[in-house]
Amino acid sequence: MNAHVNQNSVSAIDNIAKGDVLLQVDNISLSFGGVKAITDISFDIRKGEIRAIIGPNGAGKTSMLNVINGFYHPQEGTISFMGQQRTKMRPYVAASQGISRTFQNVALFSGMSTLDNIMAGRCLKMHKSFFWQIFRHGPALDEEIEHRKVVEDIIEFLEIEHIRKDPVGALPYGLQKRVELARALAAEPILLLLDEPMAGMNLEEKEDMSRFIIEVNEQFGTTIALIEHDMGVVMDLADRVVVLDYGKKIADGKPAEVQADQNVIDAYLGVAH
Amino acid sequence: MFYREAGQYKTNYKDDLATFPILQDRIAIGIYLVIAFVAIPIFGNDFFINSMMIPFLIFTLAAIGLNILTGYTGQLSLGTGAFMGVGAYACYKMTTIFPDINIIILVVLSGVFSAGIGAIFGLPSLRIKGFYLVVTTLAAQFFLEWCFIRIPWLYNYNISGAIEVPQREIMGVIITGASASPTARYLVVLSVVVVMTWIASNIIQGRIGRSWMMIRDMDIAAELMGVRPLQAKLSAFAVSSFYCGVAGAMMVFFWLGAAEVESFDVNQSFRILFMVVLGGLGSLVGCYMGAAFIWMLPIMITIAPSIFGLDINAATVEHINFMMIGGLIIFFLIMEPHGLARLWSLAKQKLRVWPFPY
Ligand SMILES: Nc1ncnc2c1ncn2[C@@H]1O[C@H](COP(=O)(O)OP(=O)(O)OP(=O)(O)O)[C@@H](O)[C@H]1O
Ligand SMILES: [Mg+2]
Repeated sequence: MNAHVNQNSVSAIDNIAKGDVLLQVDNISLSFGGVKAITDISFDIRKGEIRAIIGPNGAGKTSMLNVINGFYHPQEGTISFMGQQRTKMRPYVAASQGISRTFQNVALFSGMSTLDNIMAGRCLKMHKSFFWQIFRHGPALDEEIEHRKVVEDIIEFLEIEHIRKDPVGALPYGLQKRVELARALAAEPILLLLDEPMAGMNLEEKEDMSRFIIEVNEQFGTTIALIEHDMGVVMDLADRVVVLDYGKKIADGKPAEVQADQNVIDAYLGVAH
Repeated sequence: MFYREAGQYKTNYKDDLATFPILQDRIAIGIYLVIAFVAIPIFGNDFFINSMMIPFLIFTLAAIGLNILTGYTGQLSLGTGAFMGVGAYACYKMTTIFPDINIIILVVLSGVFSAGIGAIFGLPSLRIKGFYLVVTTLAAQFFLEWCFIRIPWLYNYNISGAIEVPQREIMGVIITGASASPTARYLVVLSVVVVMTWIASNIIQGRIGRSWMMIRDMDIAAELMGVRPLQAKLSAFAVSSFYCGVAGAMMVFFWLGAAEVESFDVNQSFRILFMVVLGGLGSLVGCYMGAAFIWMLPIMITIAPSIFGLDINAATVEHINFMMIGGLIIFFLIMEPHGLARLWSLAKQKLRVWPFPY
């Protein structure tokens, strides 16, 4: 049964050509009590691109990601992913449709090792029943080994072999961010949401992370939505940029266009509205 | 020096995924099993087997149950005693209704009953967390205690209100009831506890155990990775209560011989909780250590003075015991929340690099 789900989603994604709309958000508004976090925002993410979402602090970027993966439910607006419009959905349903993410404040499973954290990313791909889990031999162990191999590939790809068995709680911040990326990749997402993956990193770490993001995009064809404050990084990585300010969309386009946009310059310089 | 993983290279993932990847650990487990299954039945006297080993093993099993819920899934519970009670009463009723079915099968089946009850009382955990969840498990505790008193059907309308264990045998050996030998009861309990520990360790290392720990460590991220909170939490409640239920049934059938509601009261819940905390949250070895410590320490304190010819009265011993356990719990909560098990693994870590720590 699960194999069918996989096949469906695989074929559904194959039906979308590179450059076609993968995710469409229309007129989304989200408020918390009196606070309007997002007001009437629409944009799209196309298959195969790196789509940056930028804006000053409190602009509503993280909230937007939370809406996309079902953690917040907007009061207004619609979202459609791979051509299917969806109503209120739970985060695990979004995950099962192929949306995976990292968090602004690292949200690793702190009591588990690097390996287990990344294995955790594969939990939707593992199906052996409780009965087999009891024995940890035969099918359950085979499954564990099969997924362990995938996880090892990711570990190698992100160059974190040396911390494989370390508890993640004790790792330096930069490595934690990398493990979080590994965990998100382990889910083999169609759409990968990255919330400030380079925040708090030094230049070298940023360069590594940029390289990984580009490789994920190019090698696996994963579509990426990226929130980032470092404009240099955004200019280098992003195919298109959407700019938010005070919960509203103020610009949308190619990096160079956006950078030259007067609204964007004003927003970043803090010109009064 | 002898405890090394050096030279033990793993050439495939299967070996690396083994429960005890280090050879010395496997040897140690083998030795423990031989001691438990062979040496103790031969050399242990009745007091040692009946008053120390049997309860130690049964409490270990209950501690594993609670640890699955609290240590691995992060849901604190004070209903352990009552879930043990569900197992005990269920087993008692089944021996009356199906007198011909093998008692071991009934003990395991009684775990199924407490698993069901545990899952029902686990439902609130979907909405509430932490302190408030503790309060609802406490409510479950008191509600079930009330049932054990107020539903006379559960104890076959016995005037005393107690459940009394009938005599049962397997393969001609009497294993329950007054005439069962301590060794026979011990071997049954030991076998069940060993098998169930192995199963717990399998579940914990696999997909389901991982989903429990994901919920424990970061429930939001767990959900965003595809874990369904409902399934993960309820399965933890069910498996945990299953273990507690089997422990409760064994406590009555293979140790006490008869029991009233007091055996399943909130003090029992606390006792198991202390074992888990002292032994180490999220550690199966810790369950053994915590149960051994909390069950055996008072006995040691009682016996030790008489060995040295001192005469301390029972009340004083009890006070000393309370103070020591209390002090240790506070010490561990502050200094080492992962309990004796962590101290043990730190010691092993040191041993691994000894004598050249750098
Ligand atoms: N759960 C919540 N409850 C109440 N208000 C919230 C919640 N989440 C976000 N907000 C509010 O929504 C607004 C947008 O927040 P959001 O975290 O999306 O900003 P951001 O663009 O990610 O900012 P930053 O760059 O600082 O991460 C803020 O005013 C914030 O206080
Ligand atoms: Mg943010």
